[in-house]
Amino acid sequence: MVHTFTCLGVYVAVDVNSGAVHVLDKVAWDVLRLQEKPMEDHCPAELSASLPEYSREELESAWAELLELQRQELLFVEDNYLDPQAAVLMQQDAPIKALCLHVSHDCNLRCRYCFASTGDFGTGHRLTMNVETAKRAIDFVIERSQNRRNIEVDFFGGEPLMAMDTVKETVAYAREQEKLHNKHFRFTITTNGVLLNDENIAYINDVMSNAVLSLDGRPEINDAMRPTVNGKGSYEVILPKFKKLVEGRGTKDYYLRGTFTRHNKDFAADVMHIADQGFANVSVEPVVGSPEEDWSLREEDLPEILAEYEKLAAELLKREDVNFFHFNVDLSQGPCVIKRLRGCGAGCEYVAITPEGDIYPCHQFVGNEAYKLGNLYEGTFDMTLARRFADLNIYTREDCKNCWARFYCSGGCSASNLLVNGDIRKPNRYGCDMQRKRLECAIAMQAIRAGLADSIEA
Amino acid sequence: MTHIKTLNGATLKQSASYGGCGECQTSCQSACKTSCTVANQKCEKKAEKKAH
Repeated sequence: MVHTFTCLGVYVAVDVNSGAVHVLDKVAWDVLRLQEKPMEDHCPAELSASLPEYSREELESAWAELLELQRQELLFVEDNYLDPQAAVLMQQDAPIKALCLHVSHDCNLRCRYCFASTGDFGTGHRLTMNVETAKRAIDFVIERSQNRRNIEVDFFGGEPLMAMDTVKETVAYAREQEKLHNKHFRFTITTNGVLLNDENIAYINDVMSNAVLSLDGRPEINDAMRPTVNGKGSYEVILPKFKKLVEGRGTKDYYLRGTFTRHNKDFAADVMHIADQGFANVSVEPVVGSPEEDWSLREEDLPEILAEYEKLAAELLKREDVNFFHFNVDLSQGPCVIKRLRGCGAGCEYVAITPEGDIYPCHQFVGNEAYKLGNLYEGTFDMTLARRFADLNIYTREDCKNCWARFYCSGGCSASNLLVNGDIRKPNRYGCDMQRKRLECAIAMQAIRAGLADSIEA
Repeated sequence: MTHIKTLNGATLKQSASYGGCGECQTSCQSACKTSCTVANQKCEKKAEKKAH
């Protein structure tokens, strides 16, 4: 399978199965986009009729070069990574290697789009995870991680800084246990920043390998969707705290992470606003929500959003200092193909645990009883449900099988699929369109940065 | 070649030979809490190699 596209004025071909990416001139691109199957040795006569704007000599010259790539197994490579039967079995009984630990089901912001219903996940009970539950969660993941050494724990919520004592005791316990079980824990935290102070900033910068800091962008955009409990804006409170945290971050990872909604489809301005505050690593993602919400993205918004991604890509080309998460595609050194076809691992490699000790496939499923996997105190874990998630990969999700982006996106988000289509297996089409556009932007940016596009244009 | 410049070779194909150890980060643990992406994740084996 070959995907041809243009973005930022660059003509690109992605050979989906080999991972090869080519920058073409217009004639080669026009020839290639008409080819639906591997090319024959000789340039077909009818090509002149299909592309009358080119001379026969030009078409034959482009054909010869494309054919050479095909011979080098850089075009029209078959996907023979896995047979479909093996794909179904691939993640069955896979080790659990990552936890989203909901240390707090309480929050000091009232974000309008919050999938956690402003912290309590729609339960009406605002809770903090006690240390006993957190320790059980660590024991659970150690036991379930089988022979995997690296284990990740993301402190999440609600707002995890409202449960700092639990966070610290969990880290101390995991550090003690990792020595006994030959494991290596990595901790991350996702925070709204309201409770950051000198002490917990120092702690986070010492202990957390990644800190995800929530900010939506421009003050008016952030404050409209992320008010405090008493309805005031949060921007002025959190920005100086995030700056302080990032100043002390050293070489450890961090992301300023925002959400865009129907109310800020000009989100490139929000990405650039965050970057202009001195933050190098930025992730601004499309909101996920029920279609009836006023802020939810709709099908009619898509052309505007896709154009905005390309506008953002053009702006970021001028800003080498900014790393936008979704344009950061590592073509040559990224994850192996096995990881790429597996999907996110929710429900099998990755689970979320609530203050009550309930286990869910991921943070976005918390509170959805139909998807509860088990409970730490009851010692339960529903393998039948976990296997439904383990079955999901790019070969078993019908719509992914023939998508050119399958090895970059790996099958999308099950929670988003459920919310939009009522089925974890059925990809959210608008999400897919945005994902494909982000990938096209990322690849075109790399071509330009590598000097390939300019040299051909010239 | 005058018409084509290759930005990236058949790296995906090559990765099939050494991949699948499963030690890498889970994608939703990085910065995408609502839109899963794997292509920007790091390979743990390559990271280890670089460190040594």
